[in-house]
Amino acid sequence: MELIFEKSRPGRSHAYLPACDVPAYAFAKEYLREEAPALPEVSENDLARHYSALERRAFGVNNGFYPLGSCTMKYNPKVNEVTAALPGFTDVHPLQDADTVEGCLEVLDLTKKYLCEITGMDAMTLQPAAGAHGEFTGMMLIKRYHELRGEGEKRVKVIVPDSSHGTNPATGTMNGLQVVSIPSAADGSVDLDALRAAVGEDTAGLMLTNPNTLGIFDKNITEITKIIHEAGGLCYYDGANLNAVMGVVRPGDMGFDCIHLNLHKTFSTPHGGGGPGAGAVGCKEFLANYLPVDCSSAICEIPAESVGKVRSFQGNFLVVVRALTYLLSLGKEGVPASAKTAVLNANYLKALLADTYEMANPGLCMHEFVMTMEKEHKECGVSALDIAKGLLDEGMHAPTIYFPLIVHEALMAEPTETESPETIEAAAETFKKVYRAAMADPEAAHQWPVKAAISRPDEVTAARKPVLRWVKEEA
Amino acid sequence: MANYLSLSEEDRKRMLEAIGIASERDLYRDVPEDLYLKEDPNLPSGKSEMEVLRQMKALAAKNHVFATCLRGAGAYRHYIPAIVSEVVGKETFLTAYTPYQAEISQGILQSIFEYQTMICELTGMTVANASVYDGATAAAEAAAMCKDRKRSKVLVSAAVHPDILTVMKTYTWAAGSDLVVVPAKDGKTDLAALRELADEKTAGVLIQQPNYYGLLEDAAEAGEIAHAAGAKYIMSVNPIAAAVLKTPADCGADIAVGEGQPLGMPLSWGGPYLGFMAAGKDMMRKLPGRIVGETTDHEGRKAYVLTLQAREQHIKREKASSNICSNEALCAMTAAVYCAAMGPRGIQNAANSSAAKAHYLAEKLEEIGYKRTYAGEFFHEFVTEAPKGAAAALEALKKADILGGLALDENHILWCATEAVTKEELDLAVNVLEEV
Repeated sequence: MELIFEKSRPGRSHAYLPACDVPAYAFAKEYLREEAPALPEVSENDLARHYSALERRAFGVNNGFYPLGSCTMKYNPKVNEVTAALPGFTDVHPLQDADTVEGCLEVLDLTKKYLCEITGMDAMTLQPAAGAHGEFTGMMLIKRYHELRGEGEKRVKVIVPDSSHGTNPATGTMNGLQVVSIPSAADGSVDLDALRAAVGEDTAGLMLTNPNTLGIFDKNITEITKIIHEAGGLCYYDGANLNAVMGVVRPGDMGFDCIHLNLHKTFSTPHGGGGPGAGAVGCKEFLANYLPVDCSSAICEIPAESVGKVRSFQGNFLVVVRALTYLLSLGKEGVPASAKTAVLNANYLKALLADTYEMANPGLCMHEFVMTMEKEHKECGVSALDIAKGLLDEGMHAPTIYFPLIVHEALMAEPTETESPETIEAAAETFKKVYRAAMADPEAAHQWPVKAAISRPDEVTAARKPVLRWVKEEA
Repeated sequence: MANYLSLSEEDRKRMLEAIGIASERDLYRDVPEDLYLKEDPNLPSGKSEMEVLRQMKALAAKNHVFATCLRGAGAYRHYIPAIVSEVVGKETFLTAYTPYQAEISQGILQSIFEYQTMICELTGMTVANASVYDGATAAAEAAAMCKDRKRSKVLVSAAVHPDILTVMKTYTWAAGSDLVVVPAKDGKTDLAALRELADEKTAGVLIQQPNYYGLLEDAAEAGEIAHAAGAKYIMSVNPIAAAVLKTPADCGADIAVGEGQPLGMPLSWGGPYLGFMAAGKDMMRKLPGRIVGETTDHEGRKAYVLTLQAREQHIKREKASSNICSNEALCAMTAAVYCAAMGPRGIQNAANSSAAKAHYLAEKLEEIGYKRTYAGEFFHEFVTEAPKGAAAALEALKKADILGGLALDENHILWCATEAVTKEELDLAVNVLEEV
């Protein structure tokens, strides 16, 4: 399909602006660029069709089952889009006086209050713009805590299980901390002996996802947080998997001191093809003064103890509006009901698939589970990638593949609560059909998908000879 | 209660049986009894869609949308063509995840590739990433790109947006590197001071163009000073202004970043916005975040993929210099649709018209005693004295449904005008101020 630049014809742009009604201002030539940027010049009709064609070559939750593990691809309610488009929210300037944005302030307050209740935290910021950004912010609170106690130089190590998301160790590094990776038990849970051996006077804290990346709730969680606290460290909860437990069990009660939540996962704000998200960060009272300030530096002083700011203004506000809309819709009954249904759906899909796919961890799971193609890959070359690509041909999105790293040939599936039993059953049949077809003809499976817009792309050449922008071909 | 679930009690029973357990509590058998909540969380009961919409509308109605906006300071009200929200509201774009499965995500990957090209065109740089969170985090990420074992200090102009400075301070504090503020003189970066401060420890120098006070910096000279010290040069630019001003590439920048909000995003009380980042080819592999590249599929057809992933956290883990994964993809698409709709002349019109209106406003304000504080050339923002005090001036404007400029202190106001205000509105604002 042609790029928008290839559809461009000189002079074809539509006029959106009136003629300027004040005298033109001429800058001295020294300030001006010589050539206009080569942006597309297309009619609005061509532009509209271009993006409609692009939309047909994409896949969203509206297009079909999307069991992308760890991403919580639940249905995104339409009313959330309506509220986020209200002019009272979209047309207010971030530096308006407080008395003209009382509604915005109330949106923040209500959302914080509800999220604190769900997580068992005392204070919260909605400023981080994504999950990883929230992790970065949460670990800053821990760093600040040690620093202000005069232990910043000493407590420099953050403990991260090897089953963790890659963002966890990267977050440690961004905070100038040394990352200590500890091995996990086979089910991804924390090896208590390894943890005890790793803690000490240099421990700043622990970063943990619970349920973990294998979809298992760590039953030793109270002991784990106790070990860290006794060593003088603090516990950070990666909320990527909160959807399994919201309204059922609270990170605050598990012993965590601070957390981040992905509003674009658990609280149903759409992912937008990779963002914007929002990474709310909550903490216990003793860390509250270190939170970033939900106000612009252009109009507010930063209190001495605060870590400062991690983003301009108040963060991704319209994402917060969507999350609040969702929270109000679900309410006290809907929050735990959604979590329980997410876990029920995952276990149902897992049970239906267990006779065909080898589970990394047999038995019950939380909101997601991991399958492994290790044996098949060794024996006949059929990989997790082949299965994933086969599913694409069947009109389904693939599960997350090759994660967590501690499972070889991993396929991680998270159906979410918004799927009906019929969808889960049909998906299970599709998973099995693809498995059988792959095992019957591995060579054919390596060529999947065959029905998509393209076949498998050459990623090696893409990385070795990067072409990262369009360039006009010389005539 | 709207909970978006579609299971009946019958369904639940049937599913529990298939799983082989008796109750939903059994699903959570690993959760210790003392942690398992016995009651629903303390939230209001779930509401119908009609009730929720009524409540959210009531909240929105507590905000005031000003008829006229003369405030910028990092967030700008420009005209947004109707097609922009139509395109980015398409359900598939809205609900897709990051395009990990390239074969069914060509539409999103191609749109990012087109966006990257547009950012390169606006900045004059060679490569761009798929976006970061906002202009301030883009600046902080750019500073981190410049660091190496010998150079860990970044010099930042005092004339950048206060949030850029605060966010950069937070990021450098976290990483344990140094940030030194280069003082401003007459509203612009003091280049003599910059020359003094730039040394063999300096990793990067960052200035903003136009700067926080709206003034045009001597950007090429600042770049020469940075390079003479062996440091990288970062420019944070306004993308609308960039359509007419000398590009970061023209000024010798190694990295160009900025707040992409002016490119089709409504003010939205601060977000979602868009951090754009572009660089020269030599820094390509240091860019954080997603980058889309062109390649071919097995049949030799043109294809787009997420590429250069060896830089990223899911491969490098603790060795990655940034942890970013989710970015502002839909905002990047917003910017791309805006740029494609406006075209080069449309964006230049928006830029020139904004500058013209700002200069008209400055002239009219000067006539009633609001003298410009700094003499330098400016783009579409400028600082004036407020002879009767900033508070009184802004309060009078507020009564006329005009959001006046931002008070910098008791006696100075930072004004902004874009193409979205009319001469009539500007004249009205001046008349109101004359009465104060």
